[in-house]
Amino acid sequence: MKTTTKFALPLAALVGAGAAIAAGGDLGQAVKQATNWTAISMFAIFVVFTLFITKWAAAKTKSAADFYTAGGGITGFQNGLAIAGDYMSAASFLGISAAVMASGFDGLIYSIGFLVGWPVVTFLLAERLRNLGKFTFADVAAFRFNQTPVRVFAASGTLVVVAFYLIAQMVGAGQLIKLLFGLEYWMAVVIVGGLMMVYVLFGGMTATTWVQIIKAIMLLFGATFMAGAVLWHFGFSPEAMFAGAVKIKTDLALSSGKTAEEASKLGNAIMGPGGFVKDPISAISFGMALMFGTAGLPHILMRFFTVPNAKEARKSVMWATTWIGYFYILTFIIGFGAITFVLTNPSFLDAKGALLGGNNMAAIHLANAVGGNVFLGFISAVAFATILAVVAGLTLSGASAVSHDLYATVIKNGKADSAAELRVSRITTVCLGVVAVVLGIAFEKQNIAFMVSLAFAIAASANFPVLLMSVLWKGCTTRGAVIGGFLGLASSVALTVVSPAVWEVTLGNPKGSALFPYASPALFSMTLAFVGIWLFSVLDSSKRGAQDRAGFLAQQVRSETGIGASGASGH
Amino acid sequence: MESDLATRIAANPKYRELKSIRTSFGLWLTLAMMVVYYGFILLVAFNKPLLASRVGEGVMTLGMPLGLGVIVFTVVITAVYVRRANSTFDRLSEEINQAVLK
Repeated sequence: MKTTTKFALPLAALVGAGAAIAAGGDLGQAVKQATNWTAISMFAIFVVFTLFITKWAAAKTKSAADFYTAGGGITGFQNGLAIAGDYMSAASFLGISAAVMASGFDGLIYSIGFLVGWPVVTFLLAERLRNLGKFTFADVAAFRFNQTPVRVFAASGTLVVVAFYLIAQMVGAGQLIKLLFGLEYWMAVVIVGGLMMVYVLFGGMTATTWVQIIKAIMLLFGATFMAGAVLWHFGFSPEAMFAGAVKIKTDLALSSGKTAEEASKLGNAIMGPGGFVKDPISAISFGMALMFGTAGLPHILMRFFTVPNAKEARKSVMWATTWIGYFYILTFIIGFGAITFVLTNPSFLDAKGALLGGNNMAAIHLANAVGGNVFLGFISAVAFATILAVVAGLTLSGASAVSHDLYATVIKNGKADSAAELRVSRITTVCLGVVAVVLGIAFEKQNIAFMVSLAFAIAASANFPVLLMSVLWKGCTTRGAVIGGFLGLASSVALTVVSPAVWEVTLGNPKGSALFPYASPALFSMTLAFVGIWLFSVLDSSKRGAQDRAGFLAQQVRSETGIGASGASGH
Repeated sequence: MESDLATRIAANPKYRELKSIRTSFGLWLTLAMMVVYYGFILLVAFNKPLLASRVGEGVMTLGMPLGLGVIVFTVVITAVYVRRANSTFDRLSEEINQAVLK
C-alpha cells in the first residue's frame, strides 16, 4: 500500500512510523462526494425517531438527578449497550476497518488496546464508583477530601479531556458528512452541534442514553450483517478469508511492478505485525494510555451513576466489554472483507487504484458491495448517528462538571437547589455546544490525529490516578491528590505538545526537533501523577491531611458495601 | 453515614472478608490482564517473526489466533470477576446488611 493518497487517514498514519502509534483513529481530511439522498433520508428517520424519544425523556427530566443520571433508572443491560455506544465511535468503526484493510494484523493490535481497559474498570472501579458517587466522578474522588480543590481539579480534568475528544468528534463529523452525504463541512458541524444540544438540553441523560442505545444496536446490527456476508462468501472459513486477502494483496503488489518475491512478502505482511509498534517504550506507553485512560474518561465514568446499584454497575461493564469485544472482531472481519470486495472492484477505486474518498471509506464501500445502495445509506446514517450520540454524551459530562462540581459544590458550597443547578447545566450545555461548533470549524484543516489519544493519555494520567488512590489508599490526602493530579494533567499535555505527532506533524517544526521522542506520554505522566500523589500525601502533616486519612474508614465501608450509597435500592 | 455505624460494619468479620477478597481478587485479575496485554505488546515489539510464523498448511499465522485470543480473554476474565461478584460478594454484602442494619 505505497499508493496512499493524502486523504488516506489512520492508515497512512498507521503504516508510517514513529508518530503512527499516536494516531487516534481520526477521520482527517476527506473529499466531498455526490449528495447521497438515501443516506440523508435514513439519517432523517433516525433524527425524527430520536427527537420523539427526547420529547418523552423531557417529560421525565425534572430534577438535577434526572438530568445527570436519568434518575438512576437505567438497567445494567441498557447501560452496557450505552457504554458500548459511547465507545464504538465512527472513528473506531471506519478507522479500524480501514487500518485492517491496509495493514491487516496491525489494525488488530490497535483495536485490542481499546478493549483491555474494560476489565480494569470492572475489577477496580465500577462497583466502588456506584457506591460512592452520585452524579460525577468528582463525587467519588472528593468523597473524604476538602471539596473545593479536588472538585476544581476534577472539573479541569473533565473539561480538558472532553474538549479534545469533542474537537476530534466534531472534525470527524464534518469530514464524514462530506464523504457520506455530500454536504458541506460546516453544515455537518452545525447539524451535529444543534441536534446534540436538543438531546442534552431537553432530554438530559435519559435521552442521551437512549439515543446511544439505539445507535449501538443499529451499529452492531449493520456490522454483524457485513461481517456475516463476508464470512458467508468464504464458507465461514477464516483460513479461506485470509488466503483470499493475501492473494489479492500479492496480486496488487505484482501489478504495481514489484517482483514476485517482494509481492509475496507484501501479501503475507497483513498476517503479521508491521510498522505499528516501532519502539517498545512507545508501545508500552501508548498501551497504558489506552488501558487506564478508559478508566478515566468522564463521560464513561458518569454512566455508572445511571444504574440503581453496584450489582447493575458491574453488569453494565460486563455487557459493555462483551459488545465492544464482539464489535472489534466484526471490524476486523470487515477490514478483511474490504480487501476482497473493495480493493478488487474498479467502481470503488480511482485511476491510481486508491479508494474513492480515501481509505476511511473501506467499510462504507463494503456496505455497498454486500448490501447495495439501501444498505450503504443505512451504514452512512449509522456512522453519522454514532458521532451525534458520542458528542451528546461528552457534552453532558462536561456540563455536569461545570454545574455539579464547580457551581453547586464549589461556588454554592453544596447548597444550590436542584432547579438552579439544572439551569446552570443547561446554560453550560448551550455554551459547550457553541464552543464545539466553533472549534470544529476552526480545526477543519488541522491534523487532529493526536487528539483522541491525547484525551486518553490525560484521562489516564490525571483522572485515573486520583480516582484510584482516593478510593483504595488510606494515606491519600487532599494535598497529595490535587498536586499529583495536576502534575499528571500538566505533564501529559506538555509532553504531547513536544512529541513528534504534534510538534513536527501538526505544528510543522522540522523533523527530529521534538523534545519528547515517544508517541504517548502516559508511561511518564502516569508515573509522575502516582509518585506526586504518594509523595505529597506522605509529606502532608496538615490538620486537613489527618482528617482526610481519618475519613477513609467510612468511605471504604460505603464503597465496599454500598450502605448509605446514593439512591441504593432497599435502604 | 454516622461514623459509629461505619465502625460497627468495619468490625464485622464478614465485612473484613468481603473487603480482602474483593480487593485481592480485583488486583490479581488486573495483574493477569496486564500480563496478557503487555506480554502481547512486547511480543509485537520484540519478536515480530514469531507472530508472523505460519501455523498449519495455509496462510494462518500464530499472531492471528493470539490477537483474537486477547480479545476473547478480555471478555472471559471480566465474566470471571462478575460471576464471582454476583455470588460471593453479593451474598457477603447482604449478610453484612442483615447484621448491622437490624
